[in-house]
Amino acid sequence: MSRETDAVRDERVVADGESDLVAPRGAGRMRGLARHRLLWPVLVLVLLLLSNLIFTPGFFEIEVRQGHLYGSVVDIVRFGAPLILVALGMTLVIATGGIDLSVGSIVAICGAMACLRISDLGDQNEVTGVLAAIGLALALSLVLGLWNGALIAGVGVQPIIATLILMVAGRGLAQLITGGQIITINSSPYKLIGAGYWLTLPFSILVALAVTALAVLLTRRTALGLLIEAVGGNAEASRLAGIRSRRIMLMAYVFCGFCAGVAGLMISSNVSSADGNNAGLWIELDAILAVVIGGTPLAGGRFSIGGTVIGALIIQALSTTIYTIGVPPETTLLFKAVVVTVVCLVQSPAFRARVFRRRAPRPLPVAEKPKAEVAR
Amino acid sequence: MADPRPILTMTGISKDFPGVRALADVGFRLFPGEVHALMGENGAGKSTLIKVLTGVYDVDQGEIALDGEPVRFSGPLQARQAGVSTVYQEVNLCANLSVAENILIGREPRRFGAIRWAALRRRAAELLRRLQLDIDVTAPLGTCSIAVQQMVAIARAIDVSAKVLILDEPTSSLDAGEVGQLFQVIKRLKDEGIAILFVTHFLDQVYEVSDRVTVLRNGRLVGEYLTRDLSQIDLVGKMIGKELQVLEHLDEERAPAAPEPVVEARALGRRGAVAPFDLTVRRGEVVGLAGLLGSGRTEVARLLFGADRADHGRILLDGVPVSLRTPRAAMGRGLAFCSENRRTEGLVEELTVRENIILALQAVRGWARPIPRRRQEELVGRYIQALRITPADPGLPVRALSGGNQQKVLLARWLITEPRLLILDEPTRGIDVGAKAEIQRLVVSLSKDGMGVLFISAELEEVLRLSHRIAVLRDRRMVAQMVNEGVDADRVMRVIASGESS
Repeated sequence: MSRETDAVRDERVVADGESDLVAPRGAGRMRGLARHRLLWPVLVLVLLLLSNLIFTPGFFEIEVRQGHLYGSVVDIVRFGAPLILVALGMTLVIATGGIDLSVGSIVAICGAMACLRISDLGDQNEVTGVLAAIGLALALSLVLGLWNGALIAGVGVQPIIATLILMVAGRGLAQLITGGQIITINSSPYKLIGAGYWLTLPFSILVALAVTALAVLLTRRTALGLLIEAVGGNAEASRLAGIRSRRIMLMAYVFCGFCAGVAGLMISSNVSSADGNNAGLWIELDAILAVVIGGTPLAGGRFSIGGTVIGALIIQALSTTIYTIGVPPETTLLFKAVVVTVVCLVQSPAFRARVFRRRAPRPLPVAEKPKAEVAR
Repeated sequence: MADPRPILTMTGISKDFPGVRALADVGFRLFPGEVHALMGENGAGKSTLIKVLTGVYDVDQGEIALDGEPVRFSGPLQARQAGVSTVYQEVNLCANLSVAENILIGREPRRFGAIRWAALRRRAAELLRRLQLDIDVTAPLGTCSIAVQQMVAIARAIDVSAKVLILDEPTSSLDAGEVGQLFQVIKRLKDEGIAILFVTHFLDQVYEVSDRVTVLRNGRLVGEYLTRDLSQIDLVGKMIGKELQVLEHLDEERAPAAPEPVVEARALGRRGAVAPFDLTVRRGEVVGLAGLLGSGRTEVARLLFGADRADHGRILLDGVPVSLRTPRAAMGRGLAFCSENRRTEGLVEELTVRENIILALQAVRGWARPIPRRRQEELVGRYIQALRITPADPGLPVRALSGGNQQKVLLARWLITEPRLLILDEPTRGIDVGAKAEIQRLVVSLSKDGMGVLFISAELEEVLRLSHRIAVLRDRRMVAQMVNEGVDADRVMRVIASGESS
């Protein structure tokens, strides 16, 4: 038992560490707030993992086999890596007040492009050729993100419409690339990304960690995070404060495309094939869910990268749990929906207030007061 | 002329919002067949009174009686069914539907659940004829002018056997001809015995169309007057009021302004916002903009800052013509603009005090050059201290601060950009006396250090106390500019009321 509680503690420590990464605020009060913000997602994740113990007593066991790290918890992170990546990009997009529905298609396109190039190689294990294929696929993901950003920030199309275009058209594009077939490859360097190990750790976890670190650096070490939050929080005030909001939004969509591209490589590498139809199917919905569970409001503004990572892990842990506790396959989707609904409700302060303090006076809508102030 | 018995009486109405008393013991009467103007500056409580009447807000205290019967509406729909209809400032109709559909939406003539389109068009045409309007009822509303849309909104409102018609600033987006057309309709309805509550900021219109005036100030009733007994200057005086609180005396004398201009506007204007005007602000000079709400004060500021694009005239900085097409361009040239709408155009409420303060400076530097954390804390700390922002915690979300402190946060945001011209739009509105005095003192000391300040305020006393020169706006036109020597509030009020600069 002691090992298990240790693992739980580790989980907490990780979460706290992340929250500090996200919000390196000097004031102790802010750190308290950040911790508070992630409290519920972390609790849900811990609860979810603990519930597995009932069905799988050895759930938290981690062992090193042939220099590789194995264990159920490791698997959750490993299989959750693509979702973490997509959700990271989605976090920035949602923080600007937008949304990106096209990430699933970008996943498919990038996987297809990489696999196509590799299948054309004379020697599929040739490292430079594989790297070139990866580079081309990632460049394509940047272009696709740029396309979304240009439509939204440049032309002024609503984000949901603009990305819906690529969501639908992108599937077609992926099928064009694969020629309507599933491209199967046999390339060990490419296999490394999704299914390989490096320094005893699954390589996909390392990639997810690296991109998370990149996101944190990009947003919290530069002023990008602040400007994104300002644009998402109050676009007009941001304009009057001199922020070039279009540029900021463009960058968010480009980053989102890039993250989806990396996820696409990972997914196709894991199965050594590219399926234009099914790769990354519905991942945009899971990603949006992960962002919301992580505490970033859909309306934009404040975002939490740590929260998003935890949110993605919650979703992956849920999928894993469904398999391990043996929910019949035909009810898994329904089961997942119920759990997600409960998670979202538990997280909502308004809902908690209503349930736990049923008789408490309803707080007056804050919006009304200023309305009275600017009465005309 | 008016029936002796009022159709609508509101007595002792009070309404509180958290932290604000929006209405305090306000009374209001409305007689059938008269046009009653409800006047007051921003925040006086006009909108709240209307919303309380139509059931948008609950009444905290007081009685409302319609036709002698006590009533309390649960919402605008119920109010309308009882005969109290409202037409709002922004036309809230569906531009994609036809005129006829808009007029009768929600109560279309039906047979077996299907809409009888011919009957619908006939009814709509009848209603418009009652207003002596000749409009094609099948045309999509979006193709009609704003004035016609306004009339359609009125036709829609009076369809339900209206006894009381509330017009909330119906003329603010109309031009002179359209206003005349609207007034024809109002007079016709008045002759039919409908009681009309009319809210406007245009003084001339009050005198043109209304029989009776009720003035509110700071949520309190100032009084009810017959329009013909009340001179324009008295009306303005009652709306603005004298500053009752004794502000701390500004012991610092205004320093003389330097001769060289910072910014000059030459025939700057924008159609529909403000007529072309000339305005110069010199180094170390405070120029006050006086005028009633909606007179174009804010529009002048926005044009200078590039928040709106001017379609007329040009701007000179240090005598050189410049193009200020965006706020960013204006900021790059040392301009700063502190908007009157703290919540919608100023603060990003979920961000902290520190983040809000550094926002403009960071925007100028661009995302790739973050202000180092230590420098941020030093800057923010200095301004929190200098402006006495309380609580002095830069990590607090800015929405947790009081109005006065939020205003100081905005001031700090612009002061750290070290502007050469600071445009302050109503910087002291809705904040307590202490904070108000501090901000006034700050304006004086900034101008002493050579900053040009354009100071906009609805409070004449304040404008008179701070400004070297005063420009007066009236009905979106700059009608006078005067050097603030021996000028008193009465004289400025006369200019606001009459538009003549003598």
